[in-house]
Amino acid sequence: MKKILILGAGTAGTMAANKLNHLLNKQEWQITVVDQDETHYYQPGFLFIPFGIYGEQEVVKPKKRFLPANVQLIISPIQLIEPEKNRVILEKENQILEYDYLIIATGTHPRPDQTPGLTEEEWRKSIHDFYTYEGAIALRNKLKNWQGGHLVVNIMEMPIKCPVAPLEFLFLADWYFTQRQMRDRVKLTLVTPLPGAFTKPKATQLLSQMFTERGIEVVPEFYTERVEPAQKLLISYDEEEVPYDLLVTIPVNMGADVIGRSGLGDELNHVPVDKHTFLSTKYDNIFALGDAASLPTSKAGSVAHFAVEAFAENFIRYVNGRNMEPNFDGHANCFIETGYGKGILIDFNYDVEPLPGKFPLPGIGPFTLLQESRINHWGKMMFRWLYWNMLLPGREIPFISNQMSLAGKQSD
Amino acid sequence: MTTLEIVGKQVEFDEEGFLKNPDDWTRELAEALAAEMGITLTPKHWQVIEFCRQDFQRTGESPTLRRITKESGVTTKELYKLFPKGPAKKVARIAGLKKPTGCI
Repeated sequence: MKKILILGAGTAGTMAANKLNHLLNKQEWQITVVDQDETHYYQPGFLFIPFGIYGEQEVVKPKKRFLPANVQLIISPIQLIEPEKNRVILEKENQILEYDYLIIATGTHPRPDQTPGLTEEEWRKSIHDFYTYEGAIALRNKLKNWQGGHLVVNIMEMPIKCPVAPLEFLFLADWYFTQRQMRDRVKLTLVTPLPGAFTKPKATQLLSQMFTERGIEVVPEFYTERVEPAQKLLISYDEEEVPYDLLVTIPVNMGADVIGRSGLGDELNHVPVDKHTFLSTKYDNIFALGDAASLPTSKAGSVAHFAVEAFAENFIRYVNGRNMEPNFDGHANCFIETGYGKGILIDFNYDVEPLPGKFPLPGIGPFTLLQESRINHWGKMMFRWLYWNMLLPGREIPFISNQMSLAGKQSD
Repeated sequence: MTTLEIVGKQVEFDEEGFLKNPDDWTRELAEALAAEMGITLTPKHWQVIEFCRQDFQRTGESPTLRRITKESGVTTKELYKLFPKGPAKKVARIAGLKKPTGCI
């Protein structure tokens, strides 16, 4: 029996387990998955919790349910990965797991402890987050009774997972406060280390225009050094200040500490890999998938989805002694919720930025690229069903290929 | 793309001001680019520039701000004093490297 060990049963790890289990001969291969947490969170749903649109039942399910019966799931934190010995040591009873192939899918996580002032006396009082389930719930309770003031969304450092979520949060906040007839008592500002609202020029142009229309301000190129919780101030490395009444922070994102401890990570504990095949740049039997990998594309569930599809095909080639194809192009596909029952869709890869057009069927859609529409909003809402029922179990989604297509897109 | 004459030589840059051809880079060019940004290069600046160039040779990528501070021994605060407003991007431009991909 050959052994595949998958670390992490989130989006990437669960999909990889399902895909490989389907493709590999079960008499010859044994797949084991390790995760420290029994709960699978639908992370794209966290965005909707502060506004009372989603609750627990939409975003929380047991991990076990999404893994095949013959795949072993062990719940335990991981002590150490020993790549030279092809083994992993768990915290639970110091159990040692040996592997032939290791797939790291331990994700990336918000780390408020990395910025002075965040997790002190004002944490979850005037300083909130929404990239964790607990944080999203606490923010929902805060917003219910909030009387208005300056709400600042700040991004500490790139990369963060789902770089569109902070923008969606602001769009939804504009809508939420308008519905509650208190928009005139709320000032909305995005404070970001990026030169503009988003990372790609054409999308930034559209999003900036939409921000202006909705009275949302942007403070660009602001790299936060610390927060002064008592004075309610954000302070940058070049000593500029932004005051706030309510701070919704997107903390520094880092890969799992065990990656750093095991010498497998970069300065943010993300694993350096080949950007087309996900093979570790250091070890020829280690891959990293999803947010855990250091790749020059967005950290997002859609990227993990396309990546795992490309990876699974290649893995079969690889273990049969054939060359892997450079078949992952950095494809990302993100619905951006813009409030008022509408949304934008963007589709891009390593080389091509988001362009206007129709998706997935050229000329037909039904989704509109880089343009607001109601159908895009419904796409985003439907996606939750797709996620639990198609994506995690590793089923093919019709018309959506893992490589980006230029068909139906307008370039200059 | 733009072509500029710097220290008596025609040099090509992309839309965002990053050097097209890495072989065009010289120390004089770095000084001229820095001067354009209002920066006079001191030995401390050069320590950072040289780190970035070496790191690029090793990894093929321009280092992010966090990588520079972690690996070169210069703190983020100092880096902002040396290259105000977006140090990672400014150093990459002066060092003749491509845009750092940290911003994605």
